[in-house]
Amino acid sequence: MEALNVIFSVAFLAAVLRVSTPLILPALGGLISELGGVINIALEGIMLVAACTGVLVSVWTQSAWLGALAGVAMGTFVALVLAFFHLNLKADLILAAIALNLLASGGTIFVVYLVTGDKSSTSRLVSGQMPFLSDFIPGVRALGEIGRLLDQNVLTYAAFVLTAVVALFLYRTRTGMHLRAVGENPEAARSVGINVRRMQYLALVLSGVLAALGGVYLSMGYVKFFARDMTGGRGFIALAAIYLGARKPLGVLIAALVFGAAEALSIQLGNLRVPTQLVQIIPYFATLAALVIYAVVQRQRALARQRAFVQSRAAR
Amino acid sequence: MPSPLLVPMSQNTPYIVEMRDISKVYPNGVRANDHVTFAVRPREIHALVGENGAGKSTLMKILYGMERPSSGQIFVRGKPVSIHSPHEAIALGIGMVHQNFMLVPSFTIAENVVLGAEPVRRRLLDYKAAVAITRQLSAQYGLEVDPEAPVEAVPVGMRQRVEILKALYRGADVLILDEPTAVLTPQETHELFTAIRQLVQSGKTVIFISHKLREVKEISDRVSVMRNARLVDTVDTAAVTEEQLARMMVGREVFLHVDKAPLRRGEPVLQVRSLEYVTEAGVETLKGVSFNVHEGEILGVAGVEGNGQTELVEVIAGLRPATAGQVLLCGQDITNASPRQVRQAGVAHIPEDRLTNGAALSMSIAENLIVDRYERPPFTRGGLLQPTAIKENAEWLIEQFAIRAPDGDVPVGSLSGGNMQKVVLARELSAQPKLLIAAQPTRGVDIGASEFIYEQLVRARDNGVAVLLVSADLSEVLSLADRILVMKDGQITAVFDNTPSLTEEEIGYYMLGVKRMSAEAIAARA
Repeated sequence: MEALNVIFSVAFLAAVLRVSTPLILPALGGLISELGGVINIALEGIMLVAACTGVLVSVWTQSAWLGALAGVAMGTFVALVLAFFHLNLKADLILAAIALNLLASGGTIFVVYLVTGDKSSTSRLVSGQMPFLSDFIPGVRALGEIGRLLDQNVLTYAAFVLTAVVALFLYRTRTGMHLRAVGENPEAARSVGINVRRMQYLALVLSGVLAALGGVYLSMGYVKFFARDMTGGRGFIALAAIYLGARKPLGVLIAALVFGAAEALSIQLGNLRVPTQLVQIIPYFATLAALVIYAVVQRQRALARQRAFVQSRAAR
Repeated sequence: MPSPLLVPMSQNTPYIVEMRDISKVYPNGVRANDHVTFAVRPREIHALVGENGAGKSTLMKILYGMERPSSGQIFVRGKPVSIHSPHEAIALGIGMVHQNFMLVPSFTIAENVVLGAEPVRRRLLDYKAAVAITRQLSAQYGLEVDPEAPVEAVPVGMRQRVEILKALYRGADVLILDEPTAVLTPQETHELFTAIRQLVQSGKTVIFISHKLREVKEISDRVSVMRNARLVDTVDTAAVTEEQLARMMVGREVFLHVDKAPLRRGEPVLQVRSLEYVTEAGVETLKGVSFNVHEGEILGVAGVEGNGQTELVEVIAGLRPATAGQVLLCGQDITNASPRQVRQAGVAHIPEDRLTNGAALSMSIAENLIVDRYERPPFTRGGLLQPTAIKENAEWLIEQFAIRAPDGDVPVGSLSGGNMQKVVLARELSAQPKLLIAAQPTRGVDIGASEFIYEQLVRARDNGVAVLLVSADLSEVLSLADRILVMKDGQITAVFDNTPSLTEEEIGYYMLGVKRMSAEAIAARA
């Protein structure tokens, strides 16, 4: 009963939005790269680099916005490196991305150690935080529970707006259409004069920008410090969200929210008398279950399509 | 957009496209086009025919800017041009419909038609305009499509119309159709021909690549025949018969002399019983084929390509599942056995496409020579590959089969066609098979290597191997085979003993379906 009360509360909904943000943003980025035919496995590493850079630059400049800007720039740079390795030097995309993830994990904490002498986090530094809605409209706090729901970080709002922007880009612009054509049949795209490599560069760079925004949110919104491996596999859960969301922007948003809800639930239940081990597996179990459901649905759809085809042939 | 056809022709050329003295030599020394001169009149349907590998695709790739000629000149509407990319070809009003379609499956037909040159309104895609454009072109040229259906959901015939619409949308006046009927059902072929005629009536010119002579006779105004990288002749279609065209295509200038010992025919090795095969797309390519191949004989399978020979070979080799019927090897049922089981039962297979199925191009000669036996001693002991045994095996076979290569470590892809085929032959014959299937064994192979391959096939026969030879080259079949079986539309239409009185003309009648033996006569001889 207690658990149900927790789930059906405004506070829980607010928590879902908070923890979903660093999944939605990289998942949108991953979606663009996937549709461009160059799935970006380095989302995790890009998020880490962006999170770390954001914190350090915000400390140095005393500006959260400059920190965020630097974080996004650095994350995008990592994506560019990946694109260069894969598209120019013909390195395997997956291997190059794994290398970058490992480099990001060790590299960020190394820099943190150089700067602070601490090998675990930047909690001793006073770093910036991206503003919340109440920083612009102080009145929201007075709205009680609804106010708490609305008082989200600017990057949480950005995640929802960007879902629409990404959808518009992919399906209503020429560039987006070219990008999808390249991902699905590069030969066909090349034969009509589309520059395949340029489109794949674009796909990877955009995925870098979005993943970096997710990373910046983690260290400068969700919390106010950088900690070793603080992404905790969110870059990989984001990848799962792409497929669970059927490779469509709205689907990806919903999938990321489902994963976010599972994570929020595990946090809330942690406060109750439920074994922590059990609680901690919820997000991963949700991921697994979601992927199984997705696979089953896809198979049934394929079977139905086949049956329809056979019937239409028979009818002829 | 204004049609370039309205631009007056410069000079007094009767041709819209003229390719003069075109040669193409690939870096590996293969000569694909040898001083070819090819000219197309405006508003004609010009068929370009020839066996696979005769050079027609290369010639058209040169015209479409996908390949550069080694020498020669191209004129479009009388003006000399050099075409460096498909983009430039399109700008000159030349469009090409490839055999494997260049379409994005999840996109709708309208999206595919406009891809790369999309209509835009207020900086966003104007999908409605794309649909309207597609509808309009579709109506104008009688190419019926459903603009809003995703390409993956429509039949092959409609996909092909989408490709033609794509070319028309980009302003093509000359349309190159690369074996357009290869993937179509007879009904779809009929629809395509109607559409082609309508295209020509509205001022377009069509180049129709094919090796199906019946279709060429039906649709074209003029025919150019290619053979062995050369253009044999260009003639008015009405002035020639299918038989004459077939002779021009197959030719008989290279008549290699083959010494054969008298036939010592033994027990049947391969028995094929009422074999049927239906492709995934539902096309029946084998319709009840039955025959035997005996110890010590070469059975040649003749026929125009695409009459079920490829499927027959691949079903026997275990590469495709039979839909019905039986394949027996020395009495043992190997129907639908895996390729490895088929090989272990004693079948060796020289596939018709050595570049994809015959050899792993990036791997070495030594590795290619053991791909069918690497897991057995002496090449593997205790789960580990034995480099010395592999090397010795390679050295021995390189010498025995006169493969021209410095050593066994050379990647097969760097060899010439003839030497590559010798590697395949060496592997297959050294497996000491009971049955050797040789599909197009000398295609793209120089004369010297061809002669060597003939000798080896005959030697295998003399040693008691049953040889099933499938070849589109009639003179090859006539000089090697002891018995000849003719395939047409997935059926056996004739079986001959190869006596000196048997002529190419006679076989040709059966290949083209003009004549046909009775079922009893076939059953008695097959």
